[in-house]
Amino acid sequence: MSAESWQRAEIPGPKKALVFAKPQVVATKVKIAKRPILVVGHEAVNTSFDEEKVIDYIINIAKAAEIPVVATAHIFGEFVKRGFKPATWMSILDITNRLQDPDWKGLDGVGQYDLALFVGIPYYMEWTILSSLKHFSSDLTTISLGRFYQPHATCSFSNLSLKYWIECLKVITSELGE
Amino acid sequence: MSKKTAHLKIKELKTDIGVLKDLELSIGKIIEEKWTEPIGPTPFPSITDLREWDHKLLHRYKPLYMPFCDVCCLCTYGKCDLTGNKRGACGIDMAAHQSRFFLLSCCIGAAAHAAHARHLIEHLIDKYGRKFPIDVGGVTVEVEAPITRLVCGIRPKTLGDLEDVLDYVESQITHLLSSTHIGQEGNNIDFESKVFHAGMIDHVGMEIADMAQIAAYGFPKADPEAPLVDIGFGVIDLQKPVIACIGHNVPPAIEIMDYLKTNGLYDKIEVCGLCCTAHDLTRRNPEAKIVGPISWQLRFIRSGVPDVIVIDEQCVRTDSVIEAQKIKAPVIVTSNKICLGLQNRTRDPVDKIVTDLVEAKVPGVLILDPAKAGEVAVRTVVKITSKRKRFKVIPDVTEIVEKAKKCASFGDCNDCRRACPNDLPIPEAMMEAATGNLNKLAELYEECVGCARCESACRAGNDVHSFIIKAAEKKLKEEKFKIRSGRGAVQDLEIRKVGAPIVLGEIPGVVAFVGCANYPHGGKEVAEMASEFAKRRYIVTASGCSAMSIAMHKNEEGKTPYEIYPGDFAAGGLSNVGSCVSNPHISGAAVKIASIFARRKLRANYEEIADYILNRVGAVGVAWGAMSQKATSIASGFWRLGIPVIVGPHGSKYRRMLLGRSDHKDDWYAYDARTGDQIYVGPTPEHLFYTAETKEEAMVMIAKLSIRPNDTTKGRAIKLTNYIDLHKRFYGTMPDDIHLFVRTAADIPIIMKDEITKILKKKKWKEVRVPDPTLLPRLIRKRKE
Repeated sequence: MSAESWQRAEIPGPKKALVFAKPQVVATKVKIAKRPILVVGHEAVNTSFDEEKVIDYIINIAKAAEIPVVATAHIFGEFVKRGFKPATWMSILDITNRLQDPDWKGLDGVGQYDLALFVGIPYYMEWTILSSLKHFSSDLTTISLGRFYQPHATCSFSNLSLKYWIECLKVITSELGE
Repeated sequence: MSKKTAHLKIKELKTDIGVLKDLELSIGKIIEEKWTEPIGPTPFPSITDLREWDHKLLHRYKPLYMPFCDVCCLCTYGKCDLTGNKRGACGIDMAAHQSRFFLLSCCIGAAAHAAHARHLIEHLIDKYGRKFPIDVGGVTVEVEAPITRLVCGIRPKTLGDLEDVLDYVESQITHLLSSTHIGQEGNNIDFESKVFHAGMIDHVGMEIADMAQIAAYGFPKADPEAPLVDIGFGVIDLQKPVIACIGHNVPPAIEIMDYLKTNGLYDKIEVCGLCCTAHDLTRRNPEAKIVGPISWQLRFIRSGVPDVIVIDEQCVRTDSVIEAQKIKAPVIVTSNKICLGLQNRTRDPVDKIVTDLVEAKVPGVLILDPAKAGEVAVRTVVKITSKRKRFKVIPDVTEIVEKAKKCASFGDCNDCRRACPNDLPIPEAMMEAATGNLNKLAELYEECVGCARCESACRAGNDVHSFIIKAAEKKLKEEKFKIRSGRGAVQDLEIRKVGAPIVLGEIPGVVAFVGCANYPHGGKEVAEMASEFAKRRYIVTASGCSAMSIAMHKNEEGKTPYEIYPGDFAAGGLSNVGSCVSNPHISGAAVKIASIFARRKLRANYEEIADYILNRVGAVGVAWGAMSQKATSIASGFWRLGIPVIVGPHGSKYRRMLLGRSDHKDDWYAYDARTGDQIYVGPTPEHLFYTAETKEEAMVMIAKLSIRPNDTTKGRAIKLTNYIDLHKRFYGTMPDDIHLFVRTAADIPIIMKDEITKILKKKKWKEVRVPDPTLLPRLIRKRKE
């Protein structure tokens, strides 16, 4: 399945992200990963649907997957307000830098991660971050959980409507909970 | 020291071997020594002379590469697929390619400033002579050219001396640029070293450009009380004919003002500017007006206000002639770097040029003589204003509603939003507009960077940017603010006053807001950040578009930050140093702290001064809307001096950062110059080039990056108080790295003692000694046996 970048001028090159045909695949990938991590940027707080913010749906995913969460920018407090404590707060650059280091022991001292999911990062910034990981961390699988296609990820959604995207996040939560 | 050309002329010389007639002999340059300070180790450094220092920095602050795309397409060996750090046909890998690209960007930036300096200095020498003295602050500024002294090891005294410096700058840019050719440099770290060199060279070029114009044009000379001048769309007097000057090289704009004065028209014509030309115009003529930064260019032209547009160079919209034609305003371009397809009329009679412009026989002209351009601009505006009648291309509300309806017929196309750098919800605003409600369009105004990519993308052919401007018309017309005119250098006296408290950490930091206007959420964020740190008694300074953006917001009492905070380089001050080429007054202030306050030898002593600044001067640059190549070279010049730079989220598109690893303890050792012991100094400063996602993150990072190894315990406590306070406010929690910054119990802020002590205990913190820090073994005064 093909897709095109949300910002049309962003042309990635020969290696492009696979597009999730259905959201269940995300859950499967998380389940089979040995060391997954979820990185959440500030836009998760800015976008709402049905009077809930995206961060609320993301927290549900994190809880269902029992996955460590890195809150980037300044949104750590937004998680805490909702009764959820992320594993840490770290800038998007710092976590990207560490995910490229084969010797990094992770947030828990156990070892490097094999799957990193990203959501809530500004599109153009996530673009460069995922590109960095694509080129310089060959053992890492990256998934963009954002609403728009990110070709530098290993896998990404295509460009989705807000409503369908939220549906997808709910499906992922539900699948992970099973 | 100054360099003199030895030039021997012999009319006739009779010798045993023959007769010599009209012999002329030039033997290059002779160094004339008048400066008693001994010359340091690196006068006029080549691109490898400071490589060792660069590698020290780059060992600690390693590049993080974030390529835009997978390929290299610089030569016809390619395109080459470098995915996953593969090598291309020439052997280069992705890391080196990204560094090379960054170096290219820096060369472009440095060349833009150097070429600007060359044009400016040649013009000023032509006008005032080679022997015109350099004076940037009279008795208040003894170290008149800190960067040039530091890098070149000379003290320029006259305009003519600046040409020698420029020769060096231009030669270095050529060497650097050559290293980006295929089959030249191939190591990413060596490319990065060259990036630093380009940055350093850029600061030299900028410094001499600003020195020349300060001296020759009589700009404010290190004046904390430089006049408050008008800025904003609404300050323009629409009753008068309007000349708008756009760009960065001010001579044509100044010639306009001079012509007006000479011909008794000074009060009859409104002269305003956009970008740095506007800054420099008000430094010479405080009555001139600033419209705004680069993002205001399109909206100002389309408003129909300018009757004549005069363009010099840099950051000018390349479609200016097309846009100006829409409002029937003639364009006068004045630089050979930016001719825009217009005919060169430099040698034509003024009368003929004016007639052709007034009668719209040509859309504009190229005039490479600033004085002639000034005369043509004035004489044209006098005649054309009544003909133009402020013809504008901003549509009325009815037209917008009708066109929005047409847009709605295209359904969910989203082309405008997908072209918008800030992903603004333009489609929703257009849907609302189709119902007759323009409020959502008006809301976009604050965050619109004025690029008009939405229009190029629109399949309905709508002038979306103009729609936004019309919807926000009231707000636009109410833009009336005050900015302090560019003050130029920092006084030696000011440095003496703040030197000790900065180096000891008692003034928590120097924050410089510099660079372009490609903001993620409008210029308001820059104003907020500047005000926050001025309130916290940091030294806040600004330049370029950022200095303008700070001015364009008022508090509840209707005052702009420049009206609230004094213009001193002092704790709680907010100074505007001036235009882009004024940035070396900021890096120069850091250099002067080392030189004037600490009495470190300055002359051609780059490495030692940079080591001093890295370890002692808590300065941080913030380029929240950085987008240009000039911004990369300016930032690079700060990095080589050990000054970190934070950019906004769009800065991630520069594709490489310089990041420290706070969890790599081995990276954070410095020598104690007193003993030679290697001491852990913590991640201070943690990063050298960093992009923040939000302004809140940036503010916390500014406070953190101001921490330096040399802080006294009192100074460290003050810095930690600011860091923790901002962290708690924005992140809602204590920082988790406090233990890395507390060296002794005395570093702990008293009011947070219990809280921090608990954290330290949990982290198994151990006290460390506060050293006399240096990364340079040669500065160790006493070696251990």
